[in-house]
Amino acid sequence: MSDRKERIAKRVAQEMSDGDLVNLGIGLPTMVANYIPEEINVILHSENGFVGLGGTPESGEEDRDIKNAGGQPVTYNKDAAFFDSAMSFAIIRGGHLDATVLGALQVDAEGNLANWMIPGKLVPGMGGAMDLTVGAKEVIIATTHTTKNGEAKILKKCNLPLTAAKEVDLIITELAVIEVAESGLILKEVAEESDLDEVMRKTEASLKVADDLKRF
Amino acid sequence: MSKLIKKVELNDLLKDDQSLMIGGFLNCGTPKELISIIHAEDLKNLTLIANDTGILGDDMSSLIVEKRVKKVITSHIGTNSETGKQMNNQEIEVELVPQGTLVERIRAKGAGLGGVLTPTGVNTVVEKGKKKMQLKDKEYLLEEALGADIALIKAWKSDTNGNLIFRYSARNFNPIMAMAADLVIVEAEEIVEKGELDPNQVMTPGVFVDYILEKG
Repeated sequence: MSDRKERIAKRVAQEMSDGDLVNLGIGLPTMVANYIPEEINVILHSENGFVGLGGTPESGEEDRDIKNAGGQPVTYNKDAAFFDSAMSFAIIRGGHLDATVLGALQVDAEGNLANWMIPGKLVPGMGGAMDLTVGAKEVIIATTHTTKNGEAKILKKCNLPLTAAKEVDLIITELAVIEVAESGLILKEVAEESDLDEVMRKTEASLKVADDLKRF
Repeated sequence: MSKLIKKVELNDLLKDDQSLMIGGFLNCGTPKELISIIHAEDLKNLTLIANDTGILGDDMSSLIVEKRVKKVITSHIGTNSETGKQMNNQEIEVELVPQGTLVERIRAKGAGLGGVLTPTGVNTVVEKGKKKMQLKDKEYLLEEALGADIALIKAWKSDTNGNLIFRYSARNFNPIMAMAADLVIVEAEEIVEKGELDPNQVMTPGVFVDYILEKG
């Protein structure tokens, strides 16, 4: 499992460009920070109120006022700036974020995303996910290709309550890189350890295979 | 008139059935001393407006655990399982609001606006019962301003006039909520005399602040 997640995080990190301002969601997306190439500078946004999010502090060096959006102690970099929640979401909604990386319960052929509740089972609330999905210039979904039970997560149509409609741009799983286009989903890359057949079998939505299909 | 107030004097201001905004984000920048007064006064039937309902075991979460809250307006309840439990048992009413919308509704109240138009939540369950408007080529939801009877604010430094400075990510909702309640009460780590804070560094002008909790 952790292998799969690492592979996803690694591939997502390759989408980052020098100077990008990026928000990484809680969980798997947070791991992306570990794989951002050293030669580029990516500024991370933390929705609880700062940019310039750094790594985990040494044990004993934690500051109770420096936390990430998951409430975990973090550090900040030299390019950091702290602000209030209204400013934080002005950055998010106002189109100032180059990208956000979020997890998914379901994502579909139209670019709809469901990642905030399962009615009757799990209702944690949307937190900042709805604003991030609507506001970021690029919405990248980082998710395992299927659920723990092997059910497809990339669907023709989401049946869970949506986080946002038609906002997803790219889906990255341990098996594939899929672009959301006007015409539907385009399979751009297949993992070295996988093949076209496996990707198709584990995806409910129909996939158009890119002419220049690559491996990763 | 001095804004400094003793713990016991707050007894007359905090009452059952009030709506309370409480600053903080997952136990960071939460006014713990002020929350302890709510317990000491055995207040009930409160409406809580806060980013989250705390992390089970922390000060914010204790308000839910002790069943002092009849309604909560928040963006996230996932880190305090007790909120979800009480919601399922219909012991508490939960209004989930996207985080950026929540803070902007509060800011709108403080800024004298009737509400805000946001693209967040369009074509999701969040739009239920709300006016949808198209401006140019984009759809927006009309989200109404949100105020409260009381705001409980945590600051790093306050002067005796209520000019406030916040520290790192403990700022979050605090300065916004300080604008939006009929009565604003501050708990500061350090209280200094008027004129001792550099006015260039003040984040919340003292004009918003009614009371500052005295030390000791």
